[in-house]
Amino acid sequence: MLKKNFVFFCLFLFCNSNYAQNSISGKIICQEKISFSDVHIHIDKKIIISDAFGNYGAKNLPNGNIKINISYIGYQSIDTILELKSNLELDFKLKRYTTQLHEVLILQKTNSNIKSVQQQQLKTATIEKYSNQSLGDALKEIAGVSTLKTGNSVVKPIINGLYGSRVPVINNNVKLEDQEWGSEHAPNIDVNASDKIIVIKGSSGLQYSGDAIGGLVILELLSVKKDTLFGKTILNYDTNGKGGSVTSSIHKGNNVGFSWNALGTFKYMGDKEAPDYVLSNTGNRNANFTGDIKYAAKKYNTSVFYSYYKTLIGILSASHIGSVNDLYHSITDNQPSVVNEFTYTIKNPKQDVEHQIAKFNFNYYFNELESMSFQYDFQQNKRLEYDIRRGNYNNTAALDLDLKTNSLSIDYIKNDHDWNFKSGIRASAQNNYANPATGIRPLIPNYDKIDLGVYGIISHHFSDTFLMDGGLRYDFAKIDATKFYQKSRWDERGYDPEFSGFIVGDFASQWLTEPSFIYHNLSASVGFHKELENNLHLYTNISFASRNPNPSELFSDGLHHSTGVIELGDLNLNKEQSTKLSVTLQKKYDRFSFEINPYINRIQDYIFLKPVGFETTIRGAFPVWEYHQTNARLIGIDVQTHWDISKQWQHLFSLGYVNGKDISTDEPLIDMPPLNINNKIRFSKKEWKDLILELKSEIVFKQNRYPDNNFYTNIIQDGAFVPVLVDVSTPPPAYHLMHFYSEMKFQTFTKAITTVAFSVQNILNVSYRDYLNRQRFFADEIGRSFQIQLKFNY
Amino acid sequence: MQTNFNIYQFNLNTNKMKTTIKKFNNSASKQLKMAAIALVATLAFSSCSKDDETVPAPVNEEELITTVTATYTPVGGGTAITLKYKDLDAEGANPPVITVSGTFEKNKTYNGLVTVLNESSNPVDDITLEIIEEGVDHQLFYQKTGTLNAFSYATAPSNFDKNGKPVGLQSVFTTTEAATGNLIITLRHEPNKSGANVSNGDITNASGATDFEVTFPISVSSL
Repeated sequence: MLKKNFVFFCLFLFCNSNYAQNSISGKIICQEKISFSDVHIHIDKKIIISDAFGNYGAKNLPNGNIKINISYIGYQSIDTILELKSNLELDFKLKRYTTQLHEVLILQKTNSNIKSVQQQQLKTATIEKYSNQSLGDALKEIAGVSTLKTGNSVVKPIINGLYGSRVPVINNNVKLEDQEWGSEHAPNIDVNASDKIIVIKGSSGLQYSGDAIGGLVILELLSVKKDTLFGKTILNYDTNGKGGSVTSSIHKGNNVGFSWNALGTFKYMGDKEAPDYVLSNTGNRNANFTGDIKYAAKKYNTSVFYSYYKTLIGILSASHIGSVNDLYHSITDNQPSVVNEFTYTIKNPKQDVEHQIAKFNFNYYFNELESMSFQYDFQQNKRLEYDIRRGNYNNTAALDLDLKTNSLSIDYIKNDHDWNFKSGIRASAQNNYANPATGIRPLIPNYDKIDLGVYGIISHHFSDTFLMDGGLRYDFAKIDATKFYQKSRWDERGYDPEFSGFIVGDFASQWLTEPSFIYHNLSASVGFHKELENNLHLYTNISFASRNPNPSELFSDGLHHSTGVIELGDLNLNKEQSTKLSVTLQKKYDRFSFEINPYINRIQDYIFLKPVGFETTIRGAFPVWEYHQTNARLIGIDVQTHWDISKQWQHLFSLGYVNGKDISTDEPLIDMPPLNINNKIRFSKKEWKDLILELKSEIVFKQNRYPDNNFYTNIIQDGAFVPVLVDVSTPPPAYHLMHFYSEMKFQTFTKAITTVAFSVQNILNVSYRDYLNRQRFFADEIGRSFQIQLKFNY
Repeated sequence: MQTNFNIYQFNLNTNKMKTTIKKFNNSASKQLKMAAIALVATLAFSSCSKDDETVPAPVNEEELITTVTATYTPVGGGTAITLKYKDLDAEGANPPVITVSGTFEKNKTYNGLVTVLNESSNPVDDITLEIIEEGVDHQLFYQKTGTLNAFSYATAPSNFDKNGKPVGLQSVFTTTEAATGNLIITLRHEPNKSGANVSNGDITNASGATDFEVTFPISVSSL
C-alpha cells in the first residue's frame, strides 16, 4: 500500500514539473521614509515581505493571470492582474492617500491546519439549527459522522466508525478533558458557544493531538476584528419534551484594544416521547456561560477565556435493569419496563456534570509571516452519577469523579513564500480523584497523569496547484494510579506475577496497588493536495497515530450500573496504532459539486469491549464485558453532493459507509455504524422574506455485519428453569425518517433582524431503534416533534 | 480552516510605534514571568497533593449485601433448615458459597424468615432492619422450580408495609410428598406493588430493581 502510494506521489510531482515556473521580482518605491518590511505583498497565493530597502521576489508562479495586491497603511493600495508568460521584473510605487485614513485593518488568514486532508465545516447557520440539541446531533450533518447515543441527550460523535478517546474535541483551542472514555459520557459542550465547528477525519491534526485515530472535532468561538457591538438571542421550543432553551450572546468586536464575547444558554426539557409511550426520566437541564476578553495591539494580542457548563441528564428509567433475566425480558418484550406519565422531574438514575475551562492566551506577531503563541489552560470536570439505591444512599452519587487538567502550550508559526511551518510543545498534568464517599468501589481509580507532546508541521506549495505537507509528533505520557483490587479479581485477571510489583498494601480481601505506565508515541502525517484541470481537486493523506489505553480500558472493574454490565479493564493492554490512508476527490461544476472520500484505516491492537460471558453476583447473573485487543481494518467511503437545480431549488446528498473487520478472527467489528443516506431538497426565495423550506430524508440501513455475542440464560417458566437466548447482538431493522425545516427573516427595526423557524423532526412518527444507541434494548427512539425557533439579531 | 488571524494595524508615526513596542516588551516579559510562576505553582501543587493524602482506605461498601439467610422452622417442632447464600467479594470474581443445612420433611408446615447482612463491613451490618423500615419500597418474592409446593407470604401483620402490601421477609412452605427443585428468593427495590398479582407474590409485573436474587437447591425427603 505504502509503495503504491509513493509511486502515485512521484507521478504527481512529475506532472507538476510540466507546469511553467515563473518569477516576479522588483522593488517597492516610496518617496517618504516608510518601514518596507511592513508592506503587504500578495502575489497569487503567496504572501511576501520585502527587505528593508523594498526589494521583493516571488517564485514558482504558473503561466496565466496573476493577481497582485500591495498595500501599506496610509497609501493607496495597488491591485492588478498580470498575464505571466515568463520571468518578470516590476517596480511598484506607493502613493499617499489624499484623504488620510487613521488606520486600516488587514486580515491575513494563516491556515495552520494540515491541508492534504479536506476538512468539513459546520457554519453558524447550521449550528443555530441545532441550538436546542447536542454537538453530536449537529455533526451528523457531515457525511461520515454518526452518533453513539445513550438515550437521546447523551450523544457522542462517531467519525468514520470510531468514537470516544479516538475523537478528541478541541474547544476554543483547549483539548477537552472530560472523561470522554465512557460511552455514556457526552462531550460537555454547548453548541451555541461555537461560531464554527470543524471536523478533521483521521489523525492528521497533529498540532492538537497525536492520538486522534478517529478524527478531531474543533470548535471555535466567534472572533470579530471590527469595531462593532452586536448580539443574538435564540429561543427554542420543542413539543417533544415540552421544553426549550434560550441562548443569548453579545459580541464586542475591535481591531485594536479590547474586544469581548459573552454567551449564556439555559435549557429545560421534560420527558421525551416515543411514538407509543413516554420515555420516562429522560428530561434534562443545561446551563452554560462562556465569555472571553481579548486585548489586541499592533504586534500582539492576549485573551482570557472562561467557560462554565453544567448539565443534569435523566437516564431512562427502563434502562435500569437488574440481572440478565431483566435484560432478556426487555429485549424479547420490546417494551420498556417502566412507563410513567409525562413529567419534568428528573429522578435517579441521572448524571450531574459540571465542566469548567479557564484559558489564558498570548500571541505575538514578529511580522506578518511569523508569530508565536503561548497558552495556559485549566479544566475541571466533576461528574456525579446517581443510581437507584436503598434509602439515604439514593441521594449519594454512585460515581463521583473530579478530573483536573492543567496545560501549557507554546506554538510557533512561520510562513515564508511557499512554505508554511508550525511547531509547538504542549505539557499537561492531570489528576483524577474518585471520591470514596460514594460507598461503591469506583470504576475509575485515582490517578496522576503527565503528558508532553512536541510537534512540527510543514507544508510547501510546489506550484500554484500542488501542495505537499507533512508532520511529525512525539508524545510522552506517564500515568500513576492508586487502586484497590479485590484479591479474587486480581487472581482472576492473572495479574500475578507480572504486575505483582504494583502491590503496595494488603487490606484483607483487597490489594492496594499503584499501577504505573509510561508511553512513548510517535505520530506522523504526510500528504498532498493537487488541483487538476477543471476544478478537480485531489487530496491524499497518510497518517500514523498511536493512542494509549485510557483509564477506563486499563482499570475498569465492576458492575457498570447504567448498563447492567460488569466491565473489566486489563492492565495488559498495549497502545493502539493506526495507519490511515485517505483520499478525497472534489469537483465543482457550474451548478453541481461533489466530494468523494474513500479511506482505509488499519488499526493494530484495536481496543474494544467484548461480551464474554457471565458472573453470578448476589443481584443475579450479570453479563461480563471485557476490554480486548485485536487487529482491525476499517474501509469506508463518504460522499457529499450539492446541486443547484435552479435559482430556488437545491438538492443535497450525503452518504456514509464503513466496513469494519477484525482481521485476527476474520469477524465483523462490533458497534460499526451502518450505511446511511441523507437527501435534502431545499427551496429558497430571497424576495419572500428569505424564505427557506427544506425536506430531508434520512435512511439508516440495518447493520448486517456484526459479531455474534449472544448468550443463554435460565429463566423460570412453569416451575422449571428454561434456557433462553439473550440476543444482544442482532442490530435493529433499517429505518427511514423525514424531517422538515422552514425559516423566514423579518426586519423588525432598522438594525434588528428576526428569524422565525419552524421544523418537524420525524414527520411520520416512525417507531425505530438505532444500533448505536446503548438503550436500544430498552426503548424506542423519540417520535415526532415540532420545534419553533425565534432568533433575534441586533 | 483558520485558527490564527494575524492582525496588523499600522500607524504612520514610526516614532510612536517604537515606543509601543518597547512598552509591549516590558509587559510581555512580565506576563510571561507571571505565567511561568503560575505554572510552577500548579505543577508543585499537583505533585505535592499526593503526599498530603493520608494512606488511602478501601471504599466502605455500606450498602452491599453479602449474605442472605432463610431459616425455615417447622411448626410443632423438628429440625430447622437454614439456607445460606454468601458472597463476600460481591462483584469480585469469587463464586458465592451456597449452603443448605438439610432436607425438608414431608407433610409439615415451615415458617421461613429471611435475614440480610453486609458481612464485608465492620461491624457486620444487618440490612434486614433497613428493609423493614423502608417496607414500602421493598418486596421479596419466592419462586420455585421442580416438584416443590409453592411458597406463600406469612399472614402476620409484621410481614406487611404501612399500606398493607406485603414486604415478604416471612414466608410459609407447606410440604406434602417428596419433591426436589430450586427456591429462588428475590428482593425487589421500588417494585410496583399494585401491579397485577404482585401482592400475591407474583414477580412478573413487579418491575423495580433487583437487590438480590438467590437460588437454593432444596428437596423434601420421602421419609
